[in-house]
Amino acid sequence: MKIAITSSGKDLNSTVDPRFGRCSYFIIVDADSMEFKSVDNPAVTASGGAGIQAAQMIADEGVEAVITGNVGPNAIRTLSIAGIEVYSGARGTIEDTIKLFKEGELTKADSATVNSHAGISERDNTRRRW
Amino acid sequence: MIVAIASGKGGTGKTTLATSMALAVGELQFLDCDVEEPNAYHFLKPVLKGTNSVRAFIPVLNPNLCSQCRKCVQFCQYNALALVKGRVIIFPELCHSCGGCKILCPTGAIREGEREIGTIQIGTAMEGIEFIDGALNIGNPSSVPIIRKMKGLIDEDRRVIIDSSPGTSCAMVESVSEVDYCILVTEPTPFGLNDLRIAVETLKMLQVPFGVVINRDGIGDERVEEYCKEEKIEVLLKIPDSREIAEAYSKGIPFVEVLPEWRGKLQALYEHIEGAVE
Repeated sequence: MKIAITSSGKDLNSTVDPRFGRCSYFIIVDADSMEFKSVDNPAVTASGGAGIQAAQMIADEGVEAVITGNVGPNAIRTLSIAGIEVYSGARGTIEDTIKLFKEGELTKADSATVNSHAGISERDNTRRRW
Repeated sequence: MIVAIASGKGGTGKTTLATSMALAVGELQFLDCDVEEPNAYHFLKPVLKGTNSVRAFIPVLNPNLCSQCRKCVQFCQYNALALVKGRVIIFPELCHSCGGCKILCPTGAIREGEREIGTIQIGTAMEGIEFIDGALNIGNPSSVPIIRKMKGLIDEDRRVIIDSSPGTSCAMVESVSEVDYCILVTEPTPFGLNDLRIAVETLKMLQVPFGVVINRDGIGDERVEEYCKEEKIEVLLKIPDSREIAEAYSKGIPFVEVLPEWRGKLQALYEHIEGAVE
């Protein structure tokens, strides 16, 4: 199963980036073979709609599931239309996260876990920046 | 003559100057183009005649005609469109109403829809002022269509004062474009100077003549004045850092009402600009 994990770095020892739309990288990994690649997130510099742009890219990669910390309303709408499962609340290293995913320990998000623009504030990802 | 009042930095005194100058000059059109945070009405206290809805373009998709070519998605700089599972989805709240998606669509699958993005109010205030202000609805990305519509109400034979939004973003550019003159209000601080420089560069690109008003003169340092001297920018007026002006502002009172000696100075300033523009 091909999954995308929001990551602060480019390898499996990196930690999960808690933001979806504004994450630094995506680690796209085959959960069975553990073969992976890192992809720069084109939406990091987007003036708006980062979640949509990131979701579009992930959908184009043909992944079946996304693992992240938090996800906003536009991203979740795009991902759900694309038929991609979303797991939120992930933390720790990418490697451990994949393990937890395989063990069924991650929580599926059916709706947004944060408001729009939450990922713009690096200090506190659950609050909107003013 | 149309005079816009802008600034780089916010909170330097655009509305303070614009409203007092409007009252001092009288018999003019006053446009509060800071539609994200209109506040001139607190000072001019207009009697409003009515509210008009401002509507802007949004794309509406006919999925039967869509060939999934992706041109619209790739074009949109605001990510208002996405294509997943062979289906274009539209996020109207991110659309800046440029219409590019509709122009580029090779199969005519996108037609023009519209939605309300804000309102314009028109009224009358003291001293024969025709008062116009706009308000952007919460959650909308672009104030430009509202400002454009407000500027369409300008009577070019009259004296006009435009109160712009701060900064140098699209809203400011739209507010000051094609005016006869722009007053940049700054404060004599490093922040004031930094943002003034950016505003000056913007106005040069727009080829709008401009001068500087230094507000809260006496605080900060001399660098704004030195900069203006070096750049040969006219310092039109200095307004001292005054507790009386600040107190009047906090109560929604234009400072010409508490310091009537400024009436003549602001009138003279407007006339000086008229002379310079001619």
